[in-house]
Amino acid sequence: MTAVTETPVNLMRQRGAAAALRAFLPESSVLFEREDVKPYECDGLSAYRQVPMVVALPENEGEVQRILKTCFTLRVPVVARGAGTGLSGGALPLGNGVLLSLARMMRILEIDPRARTARVQPGVRNLAISEAAAPYGLYYAPDPSSQIACTIGGNVAENSGGVHCLKYGLTVHNIVKLRALSIEGEVMEIGSDGLDAAGYDLLALMTGSEGMLAVVTEVTVKLLPRPSRAQCMLAAFDDVTKAGQAVANIIAAGIIPAGLEMMDKPATRAVEPFVNAGYPLDAEALLICEADGTDEEVEEEMRRMQEVMRASGATEMRVSRDEAERLRFWAGRKAAFPAVGRITPDYYCMDGTIPRRHVGEVLRGIAGMEKKYRLRCANVFHAGDGNLHPLIMYDANDSDQLQRTEAFGAEILELCIQVGGTITGEHGVGVEKINQMCVQFTAEELEALHRVKHAFDEHALLNPGKAVPTLARCAEFGRMHVHVGQEKFPDLPRF
Amino acid sequence: MGEGWDGGVNCGETSWPCITSVSPVIPVAEMSQIIDQLAASIREAAARGTPLRIVGGGTKDFYGGALRGETLATSAYRGIVEYDPTELVITARAGTPLAEIEGALREKRQMLAFEPPHFGATTTLGGCVAAGLSGPRRACAGAVRDFVLGVRMLDGNGRDLHFGGRVMKNVAGYDVSRLMAGSLGTLGLILEASLKVLPLPPAEATLHLKCAEAEALALMNEWAGKPLPITATAFRNDDLGVRLSGAGAAVEAAAKRIGGTRVDTMLAGSFWNGIREQTDAWFSDARPLWRLSVKSTTPPLDLPGSQLIEWGGALRWLKTDAEARTIRETAARARGHATLFRGGDKAAGVFQPLSTPLMKIHQRLKQSFDPAGILNPGRMYPEF
Repeated sequence: MTAVTETPVNLMRQRGAAAALRAFLPESSVLFEREDVKPYECDGLSAYRQVPMVVALPENEGEVQRILKTCFTLRVPVVARGAGTGLSGGALPLGNGVLLSLARMMRILEIDPRARTARVQPGVRNLAISEAAAPYGLYYAPDPSSQIACTIGGNVAENSGGVHCLKYGLTVHNIVKLRALSIEGEVMEIGSDGLDAAGYDLLALMTGSEGMLAVVTEVTVKLLPRPSRAQCMLAAFDDVTKAGQAVANIIAAGIIPAGLEMMDKPATRAVEPFVNAGYPLDAEALLICEADGTDEEVEEEMRRMQEVMRASGATEMRVSRDEAERLRFWAGRKAAFPAVGRITPDYYCMDGTIPRRHVGEVLRGIAGMEKKYRLRCANVFHAGDGNLHPLIMYDANDSDQLQRTEAFGAEILELCIQVGGTITGEHGVGVEKINQMCVQFTAEELEALHRVKHAFDEHALLNPGKAVPTLARCAEFGRMHVHVGQEKFPDLPRF
Repeated sequence: MGEGWDGGVNCGETSWPCITSVSPVIPVAEMSQIIDQLAASIREAAARGTPLRIVGGGTKDFYGGALRGETLATSAYRGIVEYDPTELVITARAGTPLAEIEGALREKRQMLAFEPPHFGATTTLGGCVAAGLSGPRRACAGAVRDFVLGVRMLDGNGRDLHFGGRVMKNVAGYDVSRLMAGSLGTLGLILEASLKVLPLPPAEATLHLKCAEAEALALMNEWAGKPLPITATAFRNDDLGVRLSGAGAAVEAAAKRIGGTRVDTMLAGSFWNGIREQTDAWFSDARPLWRLSVKSTTPPLDLPGSQLIEWGGALRWLKTDAEARTIRETAARARGHATLFRGGDKAAGVFQPLSTPLMKIHQRLKQSFDPAGILNPGRMYPEF
């Protein structure tokens, strides 16, 4: 996350690319003056900035196709971008490349209430799909916390999740078909309107590929019937390990809650004054747990969840009495990032996923690192699916703090790998976690990933340099792949 | 092993026979040796350019293109590597019998929610993932690929590669593990797979309604748009079977709303098992069996023969002597695809032909994982 040195824009090359694009695009769709392209210099990971050489703003698939063909001919790299809310620098522009903004392609093309699908352009906002489907009693399930702003195209690129994905899945589970263009500008229909497609599962491969394989121009998503009721409960614990055990106990009881979130004390304390959600402030850990479905289902599930929480040692429990209270319980969790942002000049959000049973160990490890790096950290946790978001608080104006933050973050990710987890659950690798990829994967695995890209994009023109590090970069980074095998020294005790 | 296929006892809500045999605990060193041998076979075949045919339990030999090459068996590489029910994840070796995995899950009241068909007692986890076939619960719960969290595989150069992991959410690197689901062993030999598992539903009920095909399709699509706990549908011979699963009270309420005749657990179990395993009398028809995956709202298909509909209308099984071309055109019009599933003349291809850009990418992916083209060549498409 250290800011990189900006690549200066080559003016000759810039003029050539802009002229080639303006040959078929209106002037307002091709930007290159510094003040016009400056707003595109970063995405949600603002520590990395780079002004793009040219910004192209197509309004339809035909324009996207011509832009790609032009860039392919000129061998100009292309970085696709949705709303720019991504947290890993996946849409960071290139100083010698075209930033392809798909934000103007924001039409909902078709809602088929009987087949329960919506066909939309990539620039449509996540929440806009659910809003358009609402009159039919349907909605689009994945709900990343940025859902009011983030686009479905970006969701596909990142395989975005949300707070309900333990029960309803990630983007990959909720889309059925894509129209996409290869870098050569060839149209590909990936997936089908049925429940599967002939050949390899390219739909899965495209989802989460961070714009490195093809450019999506249309997404068909699955819509689900809105559950007739949802109810939420808060359970407080005086110890994070107990709260972690409570999560395991819920699952062991055969319950898959619609949402199951954990916040530690620093996180609840940051949030409560901000939203007045009614969170208990003395709890070491707070679980937010939701049931949804028919009235009968919700009643039965809430009763069973309360039993499990009580038996797991909850010190306090509160069940939402009405929809307003349910939303208030969630408001705190959803506002956790901005709330932490209020009590610190800057924060750095991590995104590791771990097998849930290690949550106590990992949180204790993070507490140790707080002392080691002399920085505070609040933890919010998609507890149901093991996805941990430590928020390291720092001041970016202090270069020493910035460096300590970076080292702190890297150590958290490496701890996640050590306990059998991954460096990114839902935010993507982008430019941010590219070094940690060297730790998670072997050289042979990274080579295999590069070959996958090569199969789609042999000249490496789509978002080059993101997501998969070169072996040279890994050698420079100097840290080896950590093998997370169960077979190596299984009898040794580990603490 | 294998004694459970015909004579097994009835287990809980499905009539699937319980197979009690469990893989012997094999020392780690021996497991590494098996991997080394498999990798050596692949490297040798790659050097000589001789095709290999990867075989698990051999229960799906009928599926896909012609079988070519020397057999490379995964059955020795077996056993559950890790299963912690509270993590909702199981990791097992490719040669592990599927029945062993399902047995271990059932003991903890969990299941493979995609209800994979077995098509025989010896079916293995590796074959299940490689074939990518899902059963009656697919429309509600998802397919094999939706539950694959990670794989360990040998590519066409015998390299031992891990993708994905044992956690629910993971976006590090391209999703090669899901790509392996349904790739029919053409990209690599699956050594191990980690799958998400789900709890068994506390209650289930099966209802049967008498209706014609068009009405059945209308009902299935209408129900799917309502918050009803429907976990399977199957229509044939003017009979629509509906399975409800979930909390007891919710199942009862939905059963009342849907109506029809309720059947007892035994009958329900054997009915769904017959659909899943294709042992239902409908499948005994001697004509070739086609599988059409289409948009669920597609009206009754105008094709000669007999049809069985699943997945809320999205899956149409067809027993027919109609021409392949006619069937494929009909499937394409219904915005889906057709597979010659069993029998018939495979010379005209088994799977729906791909568009030119997609075929190019398929060939390049094949080339990148298996440059010598030795792994199950022709099993998916004659071109690779």
